[in-house]
Amino acid sequence: MIIQPSTDAPGADIPTADAARLPRPTARERDAAFLFSRWHLVLIPIAIAMLIPMVWMLVTSLETLNQTRHFPPELLPHSVRVRNYTDVLRDAPFARWFVNTMIVTVVTVAGNLLFCSLAGYAFARIKFFGREVVFILILATLMIPFQVVMIPTFLIVRDLGMINTLGALIVPNLAGAFGIFLLRQFFRTLPVELEEAARIDGASRLGVLFKIVLPLSGPALATLTVITFLWTWNDFLWPLITIYTPNNMTLQLGLTTFQGTHQISTNLLMAANVMSMLPVLLLFFLAQRFFIRGIATTGLKG
Amino acid sequence: MADIALQNVTKEFPGGTFALDDLSLDVPDGEFLILVGPSGCGKTTALRLIAGLEKPTSGQIRIGERLVNGVSPRDRDIAMVFQNYALYPHMTVYRNLAFGLKERRTPKREIDRRVREISTVLSLDELLKRRPAQLSGGQRQRVAMGRALVREPKVFLLDEPLSNLDAKLRVQMRAELKRLHQKLGITTVYVTHDQVEAMTLADRIVVMSAGKALQIGPPQEVFRRPANIFVAGFIGSPAMNLIRGRASGGQVSAGELSFRRDGVPDGDVVVGLRPESLTPLHGDHRSGPADRPSGPGDRPSGPGGLPSLELDVDLVEPLGESALVHGTVAGTVVRSGAEEEKEILVGASSRAPVTAIFTAADQPKSGERVRIGIEPGRIYLFDSQTGQAIP
Repeated sequence: MIIQPSTDAPGADIPTADAARLPRPTARERDAAFLFSRWHLVLIPIAIAMLIPMVWMLVTSLETLNQTRHFPPELLPHSVRVRNYTDVLRDAPFARWFVNTMIVTVVTVAGNLLFCSLAGYAFARIKFFGREVVFILILATLMIPFQVVMIPTFLIVRDLGMINTLGALIVPNLAGAFGIFLLRQFFRTLPVELEEAARIDGASRLGVLFKIVLPLSGPALATLTVITFLWTWNDFLWPLITIYTPNNMTLQLGLTTFQGTHQISTNLLMAANVMSMLPVLLLFFLAQRFFIRGIATTGLKG
Repeated sequence: MADIALQNVTKEFPGGTFALDDLSLDVPDGEFLILVGPSGCGKTTALRLIAGLEKPTSGQIRIGERLVNGVSPRDRDIAMVFQNYALYPHMTVYRNLAFGLKERRTPKREIDRRVREISTVLSLDELLKRRPAQLSGGQRQRVAMGRALVREPKVFLLDEPLSNLDAKLRVQMRAELKRLHQKLGITTVYVTHDQVEAMTLADRIVVMSAGKALQIGPPQEVFRRPANIFVAGFIGSPAMNLIRGRASGGQVSAGELSFRRDGVPDGDVVVGLRPESLTPLHGDHRSGPADRPSGPGDRPSGPGGLPSLELDVDLVEPLGESALVHGTVAGTVVRSGAEEEKEILVGASSRAPVTAIFTAADQPKSGERVRIGIEPGRIYLFDSQTGQAIP
């Protein structure tokens, strides 16, 4: 690896480096020549490339079926058919799917926040026999692909009598190795004196967790919320094998029915897609500040 | 209020290191006890054991009449101030102060009364709505003290509470602490590596090294009669000068220094000279290198027959009223084991470094040779094998 001497490095302030540095403009001075950071020259084309499919989806959702069959695709709609959206809501139990997905996602996120906090805190702070071994075992489950545990999980869920219920979607996902790992790493970066002070002040272990540790773990909890939300909201394979009545379907599963029962009504499918994306977009806008900080923090200190 | 007793307490950390080695300690009700020693001597571990944050490997810890070995920190009725204060960053000063009372289900009105009372005592009234991040170091320190005191604990534990303050504030808070203790009379155990804090604040000090209590006593007593060479080297600033010597038939000699001390067993000894006890001998005490006394028969002794040494001054640090005079004398230096930086103190010189405190009027220049004398009664002697003081 080649280490580039950086003018922003703390060591660059030592007097000997000063003379050599003078003729060269600093990074900030060079940036001032542009109205924006030079990084944007790279990021803007990437952003455009990522946005095109979204725009295409939005455009398609507003057209008639015939108009959607243009090739190459056009990024301006031929018509604005809001009826597509009402058609979706009329033809399919879309509201029902939306509510189902919301229930599954919210309960799963809440479960992850609670159980991963408890487990992560135990692994971070409480000394017990076999702690490291158990933690490594839990971490190791991250390396097992879902397809491997799919069938055993199905059998367990079936024995619990939860096939074709929302419970089948919630219970197996209430806690996860990723969340436990993420929170444990974050909790370990908090000064242990805070917890000791709280214990001396009279807080119980759980009191310490809920009154001191969790209020200070906003970034990590926000990260876990967003990641779990996205993962649960977008999950398709597991609902596909556990749910078979339309009334119990989630959005992602329901969307596929447009391809069967409606002979690939692309415009309706895209209208449904747009609607199913909205909560995710909303969450991202609300949480992105935490999301970015959380990832940065776990990256630095983990 | 309660007394504290540690009986044969040992704390072994995984890996076999002994943080505490058979420590026994009695702290009477209302005493201000200071545990002092270099870093890693076990003083903080001792405090954490009293707090219940660590469990002893063996031995008994009592607070009041109660054996607290298995009692959790919150049920010990203690309060602790941490070195970094450990204020809850997400709470205002008011909530920081109230937290302990709330956890103990104190009625709301009572909480408010006590928080207001303690914030008046510590002049925190203006700061109650702020968060710790918006406070200065001294203010945080006062909040940490307030959070501990507001619960009116039986025992007050402080872990280097002043070490994060700048020098001026530290002196101020030191006096504040002493005043507070005199007013409240809470049994206090205080950990520091700063011997000035130990000397000024404590009713009694415990000098610790390697998990053992080397000497326990009132600060003046420990200063005047150090039990061994480590305590002698640790307590006192600047540290006591230690020179290798020999005793034979009641006559002790170390380098140039020679004096009588009856009852000293023959053999190798360590001679200890406090910088404060060394005085320049008047007359022609300033001399150039040319008229240096020489010859083995010419045993130097100053006017009045004081045992004396010749000091090659290499550095003078004026302190206003007085001056620290650093130099070397003939002889071999001995380590006490309490030095912070062993390499610097020992140096490569074949002579022994010596520090003396002169009054400003007597202050020599560096490069000069000065004859210094000392009262024989103020010379300390230690056994060079065991390090124990020879009375």
